[in-house]
Amino acid sequence: MDAMPKWADVILIPVISILLAAILSALVILAIGENPWAALKLMVDGALGSTYGWGYTIYYATNFIFTGLAVALASQAKLFNIGGEGQALLGGLGVAIVCLYVPWPHWTLALLGAAAAAALFGAAWAAIPAFLQAKRGSHIVITTIMFNFIAAALLNYFLIGALKAPGMEPATAKFPEPTHLPSFQDMFNFGDTTFFRGAPANVTFFVAIAACVFVWALVWRTRLGYEIRSFGESESAAKYAGINPTKIIMVTMLISGALAGMMAINNVQGEAERLVLNAAEGAGFIGIAVALMGRNHPFGVLLAALLFGFLYQGGAELALWTSIPRELIIVIQALVILFTGALDNMVRMPLARLFLSLRRA
Amino acid sequence: MTLTQKLFGAAATVALTAGTATADPAILFDLGGKFDKSFNESAYNGAQRWADETGGSYAEVEIQSDAQREQAIRRFAESGANPIVMAGFSWATPLGEVAADYPDTKFTIIDMVVDAPNVRSVVFNEHEGSYLVGMMAAMASETDTVSFVGGMDIPLIRNFACGYAQGALAANPDVTVIANMTGTTPAAWNDPVKGSELTLAQISQGSDVVYAAAGGTGVGVLQTAADSDIYSIGVDSNQNYLHPGSVLTSMLKRVDNAVYESFTAGDAVETGFNVMGLNNGGVGYAVDENNEALITADMQTALDDAEAKIISGEIAVHNYNSDETCPAYDF
Repeated sequence: MDAMPKWADVILIPVISILLAAILSALVILAIGENPWAALKLMVDGALGSTYGWGYTIYYATNFIFTGLAVALASQAKLFNIGGEGQALLGGLGVAIVCLYVPWPHWTLALLGAAAAAALFGAAWAAIPAFLQAKRGSHIVITTIMFNFIAAALLNYFLIGALKAPGMEPATAKFPEPTHLPSFQDMFNFGDTTFFRGAPANVTFFVAIAACVFVWALVWRTRLGYEIRSFGESESAAKYAGINPTKIIMVTMLISGALAGMMAINNVQGEAERLVLNAAEGAGFIGIAVALMGRNHPFGVLLAALLFGFLYQGGAELALWTSIPRELIIVIQALVILFTGALDNMVRMPLARLFLSLRRA
Repeated sequence: MTLTQKLFGAAATVALTAGTATADPAILFDLGGKFDKSFNESAYNGAQRWADETGGSYAEVEIQSDAQREQAIRRFAESGANPIVMAGFSWATPLGEVAADYPDTKFTIIDMVVDAPNVRSVVFNEHEGSYLVGMMAAMASETDTVSFVGGMDIPLIRNFACGYAQGALAANPDVTVIANMTGTTPAAWNDPVKGSELTLAQISQGSDVVYAAAGGTGVGVLQTAADSDIYSIGVDSNQNYLHPGSVLTSMLKRVDNAVYESFTAGDAVETGFNVMGLNNGGVGYAVDENNEALITADMQTALDDAEAKIISGEIAVHNYNSDETCPAYDF
């Protein structure tokens, strides 16, 4: 990786990838007879042109920060945790149980309690694949993705059974008033002008920022973080240095699962204020792209999460105001994921060669 | 630019765009998407019929996630769309929260009741239409066994099954009714393979008429019935054309009429609770060139008689939703 200066790795590659995705998306929009420039303008206006748009962008970004951090942390130990979706669903179950059955006096305490429950449930869900990896060598990619399906089925079971509220929907009852988190609208209300009107962004965003700082400090400023990184670089060398691989796998995956689970305080407690089926809505998978694009660094994850928040909110605006079918909006979102996540090397390798030849010259 | 300046600038932009209000109506489809050959498509047809007849235009959205429900309602309300029609019971929770914020906007919700002064709630007497097709099924059956395949197991769908069973037993007290639900989650609306399996299981129990009230799952039910040379009954839209000669009839639920009426009334749409039943053309059964040969004169007489009696109140079809019990079938 030393072929390129750091700025090229961190900035140039993501920017080129996004541009390529944007060009392809523009061609797709053109092919169905819409104006790509107008579509782009609509997306930017809708997602960033008002505090309302920002409110949604930040709401989505908050989800992606948590799941992105979960993937990024596990990646430091070269563990590919693609079970963020299931861990976030289980986190939602924890939040729902705590919010419904504990009489919280104030939202601050409810936030602490719900965050703890979400982290606990998410970590517990990650613990089983982690144990299987550490003790039995079952591949973590296979087990975590299978656990997503089990999580979805488990959630179905609770939402049509024990936790179901009366009515037709498979959903829990509305959480009681004291557990409702203050939204940005409540927080930034200065008399006459209401900012973030009706947007779901809430106090959880600051928890997400704190989580970014926590992960950064953990990975680069603690002994455990050093052990995690050493294990990731070389398991045999780490073993030789006296690092216990079982412990590292377990601890890393538990924290990773806890981070993914904590997404639920944003979408379940903060936005829906009840638990519905499929509450995570794919954020666990977006987390993989966010971590890849953010180079597994918390600050990168924050920026990438904001980009994906923009894509989600911009996509919703496209669906509202144009006749671009929603399937094509998914195609546009997928193109960005494809280029920034999966096709990273397509941009990286020619660029690395270019920098190498520049250096020789 | 400081952050506050940016924020104020942004607020000004919102104020400007809010000025360009349109009075076009808007329709919000449920997660199934507007071309689901059933419920949402029927709503779309109603909106399209209005547009074709009046030359007007309307805003529409197919949402991608539950988080977008409230967003979609708010955005359309803020753009000045009026009335805003939404198809499906899942809209009730977000609409209940949002409706009070836009007192000048009229909302219509289909299949669920939201109690707010600016909301028109439209529900259908599915049990009445199902009663009629149940009678038809029992009269067409040679094995004295008829069956039902439901989508997601919710009271709404049990109401279809209950009306069907009541009609079948009214036409032939010796008939056996079998009912199965595809599943307990929204995935049950779009699982034609499972629908087909359930139909085969019911055929093995002797059924020779099967009624599908299962959204996209019903496509598999109707296909299997046609392959096995038994009768089937479609739902929501007219599905007679899918397998002429095998589809006995379709229980029509005129979602399109509900959308069309709201769009036509515009912002003067009458709010409150609205029931669409046999008496006002909200439900019924389809007869066209694909199935008219299947309906005998005896059947027609009995159906016309029952229809008149339901409308006059002489026959009271039990509504499962009223007390979550069914006199004719034990779920």
